[in-house]
Amino acid sequence: MTSERAEWGRHQVDSEMYEDGNALAGPLGEIFTMDVTVAVSRCAGCGLAGPVARLHVYRHAPGWVARCPACEGVVLRLVRGPDSAWLDLTGAVSLRLPMPTL
Amino acid sequence: MGIVSPGFRGRPRESGPELPPGQYLTRDFPVLSAGPTPRVPLDQWEFTITTETGQAHRWSWADLMALPGDTPTVDIHCVTKWSKLGTNWQGVPLDMLMADVTTDADYALVQSYGGYTTNLPLQDLRDGQAWIAYRFEGEDLAPEHGGPARLLVPHLYFWKSAKWVRGIQLMLEDEPGFWESAGYHNYGDPWREQRYQGD
Ligand SMILES: [Zn+2]
Repeated sequence: MTSERAEWGRHQVDSEMYEDGNALAGPLGEIFTMDVTVAVSRCAGCGLAGPVARLHVYRHAPGWVARCPACEGVVLRLVRGPDSAWLDLTGAVSLRLPMPTL
Repeated sequence: MGIVSPGFRGRPRESGPELPPGQYLTRDFPVLSAGPTPRVPLDQWEFTITTETGQAHRWSWADLMALPGDTPTVDIHCVTKWSKLGTNWQGVPLDMLMADVTTDADYALVQSYGGYTTNLPLQDLRDGQAWIAYRFEGEDLAPEHGGPARLLVPHLYFWKSAKWVRGIQLMLEDEPGFWESAGYHNYGDPWREQRYQGD
């Protein structure tokens, strides 16, 4: 019973710390003209492919950190300074972006 | 109006000179987190200092608790602009842990449970400037604040005070950590407002 409550508490704490990848729409919208949250990213850690909108985004931090929902590896980081932004995609093998038909 | 009046008592404490430039005073303790909070059972917890030659010095939780702890009272400054003054900690000074470590390294890469890293000159971990802290304001350090133990190196921005600290790799060459490789300043002196690369 006690451990069950502790388990529940843990999920509470962790789920309060991240949001889904839709939270990236604003900061990424400053950089890209298209909506990157609908792109499919492939995790460099475990290979999982899924929409950027499903990543776990930690924003109560010095920057935006988007993690894989399967392995919690970092897929994308974004730091917004006063006159520069740093975008790190080393944790993403690829981004698949929907495009108009040629 | 004169430039200075004799009875002038200055600005309120909130904007006084005890705060580095661009910081504001907070009384709560904001939780910043770039990932899930690691839960490390104390009987599995270990802290390791590894030299540039690969020699490892290890402490279990019991080893750490057996060492005499300091109780530093320090001001802390987060790069997200909040500062807290007069915070009370308990921890083991790095000087004590480094006492038997032979090294020619000039740099340290601090490593955490959960994968976080941060770099700083080894010199900044010496001379009473840094601790492995395990109590805050008289309580065991809570997991969301880096418990069971975090690095405390309060003269630099607080991202250098790595939560859930697991070890320190000593190195001859500098290597940027998690935030230092994503735009943040390599050194991070709050009094010189070294927030981002180029500051
Ligand atoms: Zn993954």
